[in-house]
Amino acid sequence: MGDSQYSFSLTTFSPSGKLVQIEYALMAVGSGQTSLGIKAANGVVIATEKKLPSILVDETSVQKIQSLTSNIGVVYSGMGPDSRVLVRKSRKQAQQYYRLYKEAIPVTQLVRETAAVMQEFTQSGGVRPFGVSLLVAGFDDNGPQLYQVDPSGSYFSWKASAMGKNVSNAKTFLEKRYTEDMELDDAVHTAILTLKEGFEGQISGKNIEIGIIGNDRTFKVLTPAEIEDFLAEVE
Amino acid sequence: MSFRIFEYNGSAIVAMVGKNCFAIASDRRLGVQLQTIGTDFQKIFKIHDKLYVGLAGLATDAQTLHQRLVFRHKLYQLREERDMKPETFASLVSAILYEKRFGPYFTQPVIAGLGEDDQPFICTMDSIGAKELAKDFVVAGTASESLYGACESMYKPDMEPEELFETISQALQASVDRDCLSGWGGHVLLVTPTEVRESTLKGRMD
Repeated sequence: MGDSQYSFSLTTFSPSGKLVQIEYALMAVGSGQTSLGIKAANGVVIATEKKLPSILVDETSVQKIQSLTSNIGVVYSGMGPDSRVLVRKSRKQAQQYYRLYKEAIPVTQLVRETAAVMQEFTQSGGVRPFGVSLLVAGFDDNGPQLYQVDPSGSYFSWKASAMGKNVSNAKTFLEKRYTEDMELDDAVHTAILTLKEGFEGQISGKNIEIGIIGNDRTFKVLTPAEIEDFLAEVE
Repeated sequence: MSFRIFEYNGSAIVAMVGKNCFAIASDRRLGVQLQTIGTDFQKIFKIHDKLYVGLAGLATDAQTLHQRLVFRHKLYQLREERDMKPETFASLVSAILYEKRFGPYFTQPVIAGLGEDDQPFICTMDSIGAKELAKDFVVAGTASESLYGACESMYKPDMEPEELFETISQALQASVDRDCLSGWGGHVLLVTPTEVRESTLKGRMD
């Protein structure tokens, strides 16, 4: 990179002071599948729709929620391939931190590093911004944490958040349902109900994904069978 | 005779663990082989209120390494808004030293600090960062052999601060008298959860 005709950054200010490339990236996120996260008193849950283009796709081969370290997990809305680049870079960053300090990376530090990568891609030449927003769920010495990172590289800590299609509906729903003293199981129920709100068709263990982290500080992606159990509780 | 870089300036450093406290001590000599240049040389450095590092070996490298350690700790403080735990700091020092595996800093660090819940932590490592953890005491420098002997016979577990201060001072003084390259008084830091007592010792000033 650097010697091509487009080695200058394509993200440039418009006369009104906006970076339209970043707005387009946010459009890509906004038209992506819905994802949400809820911070409970004793843990965090992240969840997402898993709509596949055809019934012929093997749904077990699609993993939208992934772990970055044993105690940090992530879900995206937007472009799947872009998210994998970020997951790869974040995992590497976490391991580099561990190699240096022999200590697990704190959630805030990993989020900051990931956000820094996303920022870099709004200012570097020969690249475009990431077409994803991330929800990062983690549990460390500072307790359970939920962060959202956007294509611009800005990040916020949330009690509950949603992104992708139906953001505004999902957020309004979460605002109504959220309480500070919510336990992890309740949060999973609320997450499922929020997804159900904007879901087209019948929700099942196979067309949504849920990741949880509790007091054991181990991030876990639920299996379809485990999701079905929660769905039965919600009914 | 070969040029022995670790013995060029001379040094004696020791750290000991007591009950909810630790002490770290060094001699104060700066020499060039057998000639004494200074008798007030600093070999123990503060990283934060409850974390100290002693650097034995080649004085110039010790000072440079100290500057780098302070630099890295300040960046860490700004980034993470907290002080480093002693264990974390030891890993950082180890990584910094191993980075220079084939052209090392000719120094042997001694790290001593109070960690979470004021648990004392001591450790030393060689010039390329191989950590050696200990529950009782660690030694470094040209007087290290005599320090091992002195500490092994004088150390008792769970000493109170006053007794720990006496023990480490006696061990240091006895050891530097058996080493031509270290001595000229001592420097002792006694660290408890509430206070840090810093003392300079007079020894055989010849």
